[in-house]
Amino acid sequence: MNAPREFLLLSNGTSVPWADVPEWPVVEFVAATAAELERGGRLCAWFGVPENSGTRLVAVIAFDSENTLAVGRSLPVAKGYPSLTSLHPQAHLFEREVWEQHGLVPEGHPWLKPVRRQNGGYPAVGEFFKVEGGEIHEVAVGPVHAGIIEPGHFRFQCNGEDVLHLEIALGYQHRGVEEALAGGPHRATMSQMETVAGDTTIGHATAYATILESLAGSEAPLRAQWLRAIALELERLANHTGDLGALANDVAFLPTASACGKIRGDFLNLTALLCGNRFGRGLVRPGGCKHDLETERAAQLLAKLRVALTEVDEAAECLWESNSVRARFEFTGTVSAKQAAEIGLVGVAARASGLVRDVRFDHPAGWHRFAPVPVVVWPEGDVLARARVRWLEIERSAKFIEEQLAAPAEEEIFADTGLPAGDTLAVALVEGWRGEICHVALTDSAGKFRRYKIVDASFHNWIGLELAMRGQAISDFPICNKSFNLSYCGFDL
Amino acid sequence: MAFPAAPPPALPDRHGGALRVEATKCAEGCAACVPVCPTQAITRTPGTPVALDLGKCIFCAACVEACPTKAITQTDNYPMAVRRREDLLLGKPGEEELRLAAALDEKLKKLFGRSLRLRQVSAGGCNACEADVNVLGTIGWDLSRFGIQFVASPRHADGLLITGCVSRNMELALKKTYAAVPSPKIVIAVGACAIAGGPFVGHSQVLNGAASVVPVDLFVPGCPPHPLTILDGLLRLLGRLD
Repeated sequence: MNAPREFLLLSNGTSVPWADVPEWPVVEFVAATAAELERGGRLCAWFGVPENSGTRLVAVIAFDSENTLAVGRSLPVAKGYPSLTSLHPQAHLFEREVWEQHGLVPEGHPWLKPVRRQNGGYPAVGEFFKVEGGEIHEVAVGPVHAGIIEPGHFRFQCNGEDVLHLEIALGYQHRGVEEALAGGPHRATMSQMETVAGDTTIGHATAYATILESLAGSEAPLRAQWLRAIALELERLANHTGDLGALANDVAFLPTASACGKIRGDFLNLTALLCGNRFGRGLVRPGGCKHDLETERAAQLLAKLRVALTEVDEAAECLWESNSVRARFEFTGTVSAKQAAEIGLVGVAARASGLVRDVRFDHPAGWHRFAPVPVVVWPEGDVLARARVRWLEIERSAKFIEEQLAAPAEEEIFADTGLPAGDTLAVALVEGWRGEICHVALTDSAGKFRRYKIVDASFHNWIGLELAMRGQAISDFPICNKSFNLSYCGFDL
Repeated sequence: MAFPAAPPPALPDRHGGALRVEATKCAEGCAACVPVCPTQAITRTPGTPVALDLGKCIFCAACVEACPTKAITQTDNYPMAVRRREDLLLGKPGEEELRLAAALDEKLKKLFGRSLRLRQVSAGGCNACEADVNVLGTIGWDLSRFGIQFVASPRHADGLLITGCVSRNMELALKKTYAAVPSPKIVIAVGACAIAGGPFVGHSQVLNGAASVVPVDLFVPGCPPHPLTILDGLLRLLGRLD
């Protein structure tokens, strides 16, 4: 036989002809993927592409330390295949999703349940992991839960106050985004990309725009890439500030809670300064940006940014200096580096468990190829670590914006992209404020979307919250949840 | 913040307010605005004037850009809340702009005018409307100074504030939550999704707005509506803006 096939390497934000993606019979494909994960790869996406009477499996893998991605696919398969999860837990949810979307059974999967739908029922209905014992009680929270927040269902197995196990059932926000993309882009596609996770508009819109630009064999003008990078950091600033406030609120530390609530609005207004919308809707478009940041506007942005940064500085300082806050945050909700690596955690939560992974650094695309951002890591893995990473990222993001404003890219802010190439696969990763966003598009022969896969950081990370709650008091659930602050709608799609 | 006792904080200069439709300005046979609308909010059948449904609008202003005669324009007006769904339909003579909400009737105004407890339900929302509702509770906006507060249980509430297009998976939870609110109760739909499905209008997984499940007393357009628009809507409903 010939030499063993290898996964095809590609960079973030590029595309390859579908025919060039190496293929294996499914059993060998699972083994080959497992081997890549074994030697340091991380699963960014694992999904199905219907073909004839079967489904092909596709794996997109990241080799962070080698700054490259890799892609491979299986031959079409009809019924099932040996589960990857039993070898690599980070595949668990992807395989459940493939089963739900395409009917392929991952044989040997330890917990095969739907991801977003309950086959006609509701996510809270169905089997949940149960701990047996006369003194065990079960607590169910959601979908509608206490605050102004998206819906999800949390099922705790408790012994008194202690949580032995948490299982989260999502899918309540499922709006059918991926299905609607078939045959696209359609006229609603851009606005759907902006609202798939509405607090991460810039993140997802940038990934989508990059995909279309890559499929057309082009890039957005550098000035647009520059502005997108600034907008991405403004999004990070607003959300991290809000999160620090929410964490403070959940331990009844009102000075920081009140201040951050207001300052978050100030950061949202900076995004609105760019495009009129506090969440960045209408800014990023395939081909560039719809609005420009002229010199005078940039000066206003800088002045307001500095004021907001000083204020959040003061608000956060109270937080770190309060013993009562530290007593609540420290050693609570710990996820070890080993666990984090095993489950494929990304973003803030991963870096707070000591994993050095950040798409801006490992897989730079767009402006990040010219202006790297240092990776913020805090190794303890507890609520305090996740709060500290946010705080340090606030500082880094503000500094990054200042540096970019001082050295703007010249030229145009927008250039028409060409038409997407046919039978081509494109991958775009963006470090959204929660973590890695991955979009994968496969076009048909006419250049329309044959399959579009969206993986929000939350898809990787919800299990992190489940692990963090083991052995914690149930009354610490709010701060554990807020310390992750994952997207429900970004997961549900 | 002194508003409403003083003018509101300035909105961002690139922020657009309510749209205005002057159908008499439409060019003969022109329907340039129809295909550019992401949410199919605009219709124009041959021989009829253009019609724009502001309840479906996500305020992307693509129609404003596409219109060659400025029949569709964007104002700076931030008040956008209405009482009836049809008050968001623009285009007919006399209906160039939306018809702003009137206050609740005397009885409900007496009950809720100075103390309104709302339970928020996110039913397929993207978290932006939720965020901008949350922001109303922060210092500055300080919603509680109007006696308006969000409560943890529908059983403690006077009404619901709904965001999201109402995904099928949230239909039951929304119905149960509504049923758990004691009467008399009101319902406020915030955002394009909650009014008519927003960017997800027509998807098989969604029910295209809160009114498909519960009766709605106030509709607040936007994607998301600016906190000022939401606040203005709430105050208008309670008769607190006179």
